[in-house]
Amino acid sequence: MLEMMLSVLIVVGALFTFIGSLGLARLGDFYTRLHGPTKATTLGVGALLIASVLYFSTRGEGLSLHEILVTLFLFITAPVSAHLLAKAALHLRVRSLAPPPLEAEDPSGGPRARTGD
Amino acid sequence: MKLRLLPHPILTPVLALIWLLLVNSLSPGQILLGLILGWAIPVFTLRFWPERVRIHKPLTLMRFLAVVMYDILVANLAVAALILGGPKHVKPAFVRVPLALRTDLGISLLANTVSLTPGTVSAWLSPDRSHLVVHGLNVNDPDALIAEIKHRYEAPIKEVFEPC
Amino acid sequence: MLSIAVSIAFTLVSGALLLSLWRLLRGPDKPDRILALDTLYINTIALLVLLGIHLSSSLYFEAALLIAMMGFVGTVALCKYLLRGDIIE
Repeated sequence: MLEMMLSVLIVVGALFTFIGSLGLARLGDFYTRLHGPTKATTLGVGALLIASVLYFSTRGEGLSLHEILVTLFLFITAPVSAHLLAKAALHLRVRSLAPPPLEAEDPSGGPRARTGD
Repeated sequence: MKLRLLPHPILTPVLALIWLLLVNSLSPGQILLGLILGWAIPVFTLRFWPERVRIHKPLTLMRFLAVVMYDILVANLAVAALILGGPKHVKPAFVRVPLALRTDLGISLLANTVSLTPGTVSAWLSPDRSHLVVHGLNVNDPDALIAEIKHRYEAPIKEVFEPC
Repeated sequence: MLSIAVSIAFTLVSGALLLSLWRLLRGPDKPDRILALDTLYINTIALLVLLGIHLSSSLYFEAALLIAMMGFVGTVALCKYLLRGDIIE
């Protein structure tokens, strides 16, 4: 029963990680691609880490919860890096399928970085 | 004086808990060490976060966390279906969400929540903090998305962290 | 049963790594490459967790945690560079 649950969690986690990267490879523009990895982190790696917690806690060596730390860390950092990446992309005026917000052309408010263009 | 000795009453147990998770042990020595670290780190890094965090309605916070967890699950499935369905079917859009939140903590919590629920990523905060630009992967009705973000995430955050 | 599941998961995560690598090489823009790099970190964490389960060893946890931290710092530094043209101000 436990093994069954573990297997399901592992396969689901890996599947979501894969779909996240598939989105990264497949979608049309940068901003839509950004959605892939945020997903891979939250559900994919989350499910894998829960599986890991279950696996190590049921081997008879006591509770092993430190994988939660990785999950927690990823849940805090993933949105921050996604936000920064989106901001950098708006700043560099990366091609977008959706019309970009006008006033966000220069989000840093500072001088435009040299981008080689 | 009490404020000096224990500047962040919430941070201390959280740090102690993180320490215990990191060493993966519950021995009394480690608990003591965790509590010492949880006390010392906020005291010595006080200058980086001078404001105290207050949680006003713990129950609302719990409910909010449950809602976010549920949304992450459901939205993940929806976005997975979108990706598998192919790039032709997505309708990306930028929407501008007017903000009612005013504090740094509230705004960053809202932005992180929006980014964590797949299908939306917070992309930009206007310099005057009056609105947040959010990129949605598949937006059929921008107004509905704005209303959902405001009602589902912003209202509870405002209730918990910045009551008027 | 568990070993079959782990094998399937290894295949899927390796596929994810290859897809991210393809995006990293192809670009076309700088944020795309940084995003691909960030995804590579996350996929590597998944791979390490799987390896830990496969080998019944919790040694790999520290490596996963370190990659999570370094990956985040790296992504933030690169984004800062794109935004300001400078990392340390």
